[in-house]
Amino acid sequence: MQLFTCPFCGPRPETEFHYGGEHGNLRPDGADVGAERWADYLYMRSNPKGATREIWVHMTCGEFFAMERDTVTHKLASSSASGLAEQGE
Amino acid sequence: MTRRYSALSLLKEGLAGQKGWEPAWRSPQPRKTYDVIIVGGGGHGLATAYYLAKNHGITDVAVLEKGWIGGGNTGRNTTVVRSNYYYPESVALYGLAHRLYENLSHELNYNVMFSQRGMVTLCHSAAEMEIAARIANAMQINGTDAELLSAEDVRRVLPIYNFAPEARFPVFGGIQQKRAGTARHDAVAWGYARAASRLGVDIIQNCEITNFVVEGGRCRGVETTRGTIRSDRVGMAVAGHSSVLAAKAGFRLPINSYALQACVSEPVKPILDTVVLSPGTGVYASQSDKGELVIGGGLDRVPSYGQRGNLPTLEGVIAGFLEMFPVFGQLRLMRQWAGIVDVVPDSSPIIGESPLSGLFLNCGWGTGGFKAIPAGGTLLAHLLASGKHHDISRPFDLDRFSSGRLLDEAAGSGIAH
Repeated sequence: MQLFTCPFCGPRPETEFHYGGEHGNLRPDGADVGAERWADYLYMRSNPKGATREIWVHMTCGEFFAMERDTVTHKLASSSASGLAEQGE
Repeated sequence: MTRRYSALSLLKEGLAGQKGWEPAWRSPQPRKTYDVIIVGGGGHGLATAYYLAKNHGITDVAVLEKGWIGGGNTGRNTTVVRSNYYYPESVALYGLAHRLYENLSHELNYNVMFSQRGMVTLCHSAAEMEIAARIANAMQINGTDAELLSAEDVRRVLPIYNFAPEARFPVFGGIQQKRAGTARHDAVAWGYARAASRLGVDIIQNCEITNFVVEGGRCRGVETTRGTIRSDRVGMAVAGHSSVLAAKAGFRLPINSYALQACVSEPVKPILDTVVLSPGTGVYASQSDKGELVIGGGLDRVPSYGQRGNLPTLEGVIAGFLEMFPVFGQLRLMRQWAGIVDVVPDSSPIIGESPLSGLFLNCGWGTGGFKAIPAGGTLLAHLLASGKHHDISRPFDLDRFSSGRLLDEAAGSGIAH
């Protein structure tokens, strides 16, 4: 069992968390957004091998936050509530 | 030298001291150019090379594998072959693979040990029975075999299941596909490798792609750890790492990489003679020819490239397995492992030309790539040879994500990814 860090609740078991997507995937705005741009937002992913920055939700407290970790080693680098402003949340 | 495998050649070699066997495939040095380069020496890549040579007469082909052939997901799956999908496009695709599997040992002159022991997908409620009837009907209309089983039928097919009155997941019935079964996964890779090599294909192991050669907006070859190799037609079949290669080629794919775990018990006498899947526990199991119980479940829930798997998912799988079969409570686990799979939003594969002209994709098979190997190879070979889609591969092009014509098999046949 790995421990993830919720910025509000501290270290908690990984099963309490749910993956919410890649950080910085911003919803396109406006009426003239083309199909390719929508597909890019909805479906296309960088899916990096190694260091990544992601949105997670701690299901027990319901808070969303940004987490930096490594997709190969699973080592955590940071958890922060502040990173969400640029997501437009 | 003994080239053909048969009972007679076994006898002859036995009498001659086993000295005449030749290596199953050649390991040549890579040349500077090829007609076609295939990146990835798993089942799909090797099958692509074989069908390029056999169906299209293109033998100037290199298969480049960063490790050893069949060492990725081809060697890490739970060996189930089935075609119980919902949409006509999916049945056409997996049905093609299923039919090719039925004659594969003959065709390759290599025993892939395809055992059509059948597969049962259980239903745990009256509502699931209604959905099962819909899926079984759709499968029959689409021309693949499926039978709806009652609770009594399941009891006959699967007598060791937990039918106790207090069982957490009672059985209301199920769907049976009798032509489904298991095949020896390593043998599929080795059989295709041997057959392709004999037709002239170069299989080059320990050769990792470091970049693509792009000239005039087209893919013109690959940079590798063993030098630059040029070709105007490059196919890639690198499940789990598709996004990594796509990034080198300058585009993104609708793929997330996740670990999928499996495990095997110590070997025991024959006790389970079918493949079984319980949607309730999320667990499927079969018994290998060696006697091991082969157990698999759902994806780990953390995006990952670590071929290990995490403990909570394994605990859930084992708990579900023992709920289904309390009789296995004393068995010891021998091995646990994980493969990294390409998970696509609509749970269907991606086959077609990539945004980089001259580079063709075979990826996105999720947790079910092994069963599709002969079809994935046939269709990618067709694309590489003609530059055009086969009728069966067209619906699976990457363009479905911008056109919106998704093939959602998670909703269609209830597969769990």
